[in-house]
Amino acid sequence: MSKEVKNAVGRMIPEEINGKPVVPFMGVGKYRPTGRKAAPPIATCMDYPADGDKRVKDIKEALVKSGIKDGMTISTHHHFRNGDLVANQVFHAAHELGIKDLVWFPSASFPCHSELLPYLEDGTIHHIEGSMNGPLGKFTSQGKMRGTGVLRSHGGRYQAVQDGEVHIDIAFIAAPTADFFGNANAVTGPSACGLLGFALADSQYADRVVVVTDNLVPFPCTPWQIQGNYVDFVVEMDKVGIPEKIVSGTTQITRSPDRLYIAELTAKFCEAAGLIKDGFSFQAGAGGTALSIGIYFSEILKRKGMKGGFARGGSNKYLVQMLEEGLITHILDGQTFDLEGVRSMRENPTHVWTSPFTSYNYHGKGNFASMVDIVILGATEVDVNFNANVVTHSDGYLLHGIGGWQNCLFSKNVILPIPLFRDRIPVIRDEVTTICGPGELIDIIVTERGIAINPRRKDLIEATKDSGLPIKTIEELKEEAEAICGKAEMPTLGQKVVAAIKWVDGTVIDVVREVK
Amino acid sequence: MQSQCTIGNFGDDVRSDCRVTLEIRDNGGREIVIESKVKALFGKSIQKLTEDILDFYKIENAYLKIDDAGALDYVISARIEAAIKKCIDTKEEFLLDALPQNTNLTRRDQFRRARLYLPGNTPKLAINAGIHQPDGIILDLEDSVAPPKKYEARFVVRNSLRNVDFYGAERMVRINQLPMGLEDIELIVPHGVNLILLPKCEEASQIHDVVAKIHDVQKDKEKASNIWIMPIIESAKGVMNAYQIASASPQVVALAIGLEDYTADLGTQRTEEGKETYFARCMLVNAARAAGIQAIDSVYSDIDNMDGLNHFATEGKSLGFEGMGCIHPRQIPVINAAYAPEEKEIAKAKRIVKAFHEAEEKGLGVVALGSKMIDPPVVKRAQKTITLAIKSGLLAEDWRDHE
Repeated sequence: MSKEVKNAVGRMIPEEINGKPVVPFMGVGKYRPTGRKAAPPIATCMDYPADGDKRVKDIKEALVKSGIKDGMTISTHHHFRNGDLVANQVFHAAHELGIKDLVWFPSASFPCHSELLPYLEDGTIHHIEGSMNGPLGKFTSQGKMRGTGVLRSHGGRYQAVQDGEVHIDIAFIAAPTADFFGNANAVTGPSACGLLGFALADSQYADRVVVVTDNLVPFPCTPWQIQGNYVDFVVEMDKVGIPEKIVSGTTQITRSPDRLYIAELTAKFCEAAGLIKDGFSFQAGAGGTALSIGIYFSEILKRKGMKGGFARGGSNKYLVQMLEEGLITHILDGQTFDLEGVRSMRENPTHVWTSPFTSYNYHGKGNFASMVDIVILGATEVDVNFNANVVTHSDGYLLHGIGGWQNCLFSKNVILPIPLFRDRIPVIRDEVTTICGPGELIDIIVTERGIAINPRRKDLIEATKDSGLPIKTIEELKEEAEAICGKAEMPTLGQKVVAAIKWVDGTVIDVVREVK
Repeated sequence: MQSQCTIGNFGDDVRSDCRVTLEIRDNGGREIVIESKVKALFGKSIQKLTEDILDFYKIENAYLKIDDAGALDYVISARIEAAIKKCIDTKEEFLLDALPQNTNLTRRDQFRRARLYLPGNTPKLAINAGIHQPDGIILDLEDSVAPPKKYEARFVVRNSLRNVDFYGAERMVRINQLPMGLEDIELIVPHGVNLILLPKCEEASQIHDVVAKIHDVQKDKEKASNIWIMPIIESAKGVMNAYQIASASPQVVALAIGLEDYTADLGTQRTEEGKETYFARCMLVNAARAAGIQAIDSVYSDIDNMDGLNHFATEGKSLGFEGMGCIHPRQIPVINAAYAPEEKEIAKAKRIVKAFHEAEEKGLGVVALGSKMIDPPVVKRAQKTITLAIKSGLLAEDWRDHE
């Protein structure tokens, strides 16, 4: 076991993970990168068909022609969320070829990928660098994965590829529409799912890029969200994804009265604090409570006769409605959460597809995240210092990815609307199981039993002191939860590190330990 | 008595609840098995609570299994106690300390605009009910509890009355129809219930039975006399006897109407338009007002139709009702808005209340508005309108300073 050092948020971090040296988290804005970006090898037209037809028979042939070897890194993407059909096919083919020790580098995994568990067991896949949801998270938590998982934010994934921390050998991009040259998009075709932003880094930096489509159109495929000039091979498949399944539990408006109450209270807070004004921008993450806040923002804007500026997606039908009613000027979209979002993106030039490069990359010449006025996010736990967790549950199990969560913390006002407890488990704790975001970036916690404002935000405390809203200290909220639920015991976790949590700059902010 | 039994709920959709399986044995000591989704965080405390309850009932030899989905202590103890009482004959109650705020009394004439029904045997809905700020919460033992669950539900309802903070809502219980309802009263009356709803009430004698039972269980006369009764009229016969029922006891503070059962009794269908229930609603309001108590309207069952709800509630207010039942927290703000006083009502009430205060300051015994004398009941009514306007957010609490 590698030696461990304490990082800037007090967590013990191994000096090495998967045989590579680790930079421990040094604080927000403390780590300065040096050197030059990574780059794929120089290609030449001589190696590609002059007629532009890059089609090969199937995924297996694409793997072979890409020079698949043991130990390579293979990437896939989650534009179809739980409806992805390509990642599983890629590893079935690799398994048939007898390849071992692959690193799977998805932009996110979903329960539909639990089909890959046998390959983690038999060594086809060595470890996953990406989110580990549901059954894959459970498997990882139990210490069964051969390597150590690495979780990154969407922006952190782009940063890691760009900075050369992760070298992708072969990227597979599931495309709802493509031509034989490899130009591809996700706004058209029977499997349209919106956009392909998560695959941008992969197309630019991977050694080999394979586009997989179920809707091959004559050249040129426009718009080309992915440019064919980056693409080595094109594979046709019967079906690449089930677009209806991009709508999942985390992307639907909640019907729970308690969560709607929290959403409404959040909107009231924003209004009382003077955050809702002409031209204000916002982003609501996945999660039913966060998504429903848009409805309340709409009501407030209409009542006050105001208009917002841009909104960042995850777009859904409610955000689209705001755009179409003129309550916001643009949707800068990172992923579509329902088919209305796909339609709007296809039809409306002010519904813009973006990528982790434009929106989130910390090692770029700026990004959109810090320009957003209000961001609404979820969390599994928050501690009394406002540090928050989104990846593990209080029993230690790794069950969620980071998504764009860490990147969004750079917004001007970060609000976490969360229930005070879930099935007896208090959400506000003395210490979170895993630190994913430092408290200095988290401003407001809204629960059904009160609102806590980070003491650093004296401006917000002052602005809302006569609002009549139930403003409490975070300690008061914690005690209220304990009075109802009882004081939770600390679960005993093992020493073994099963996954690392990267910060947006590539340093390691925390690790996940084995659940015994 | 049984030697073994299973109590409570467990399954995919069940949260904040647990299932307890108990088998009393002759020897072999205690075997306690806890399967809980919160075991890593509360396993030890559940174990200790279980041991404490078994100690309390002096049970040394037993198999006890808990399948838990995040139940709070008051639910776990209600489940275990119910299981034990199926197996051994005891009157002892295992009670956690009651919340101090759950021992208050309520007033005869307090506001009862929206009262939220909560199925008595489904604890997850009770825990957060109070945050939606209904005027009352109704822990239901009647229609929402299936017959085989009636027994165990009482223990959960009793403990909810003691241990769930409803944030100021009046604590109500809808008991079962008599005579089963009398058994419900036995368990809940000593534990902070403010108001008992008596379903399918048809005659004054049923009220007399309930009052007698309350005083039988609660010997403290003052406490017993402050437990209010709200009969629910749900049949043609009940409508005809409404006045007798309303005036059967000073503890009856409101008459409620249940239109689903009433229309079934008439052999007709309940419609959006509501012609078929117009007579009954008017009759009920009239009977209640004649007896000097509140009239409370039926629930509106389409929880997705907020416009329909608003229409129904507005109509109810215009007929003379002072509130209605609700079956989903999202209905509460709609009902409160519909039952809020109108602008001109508030304006008139303000003039009267101001005149009253002026008269008081001048030491006058008689209140006058212009040349018109104002009777005390009119002043009282105006004060009530003002309070309601403040509660509804239509008037500042310190409105008189700004006049």
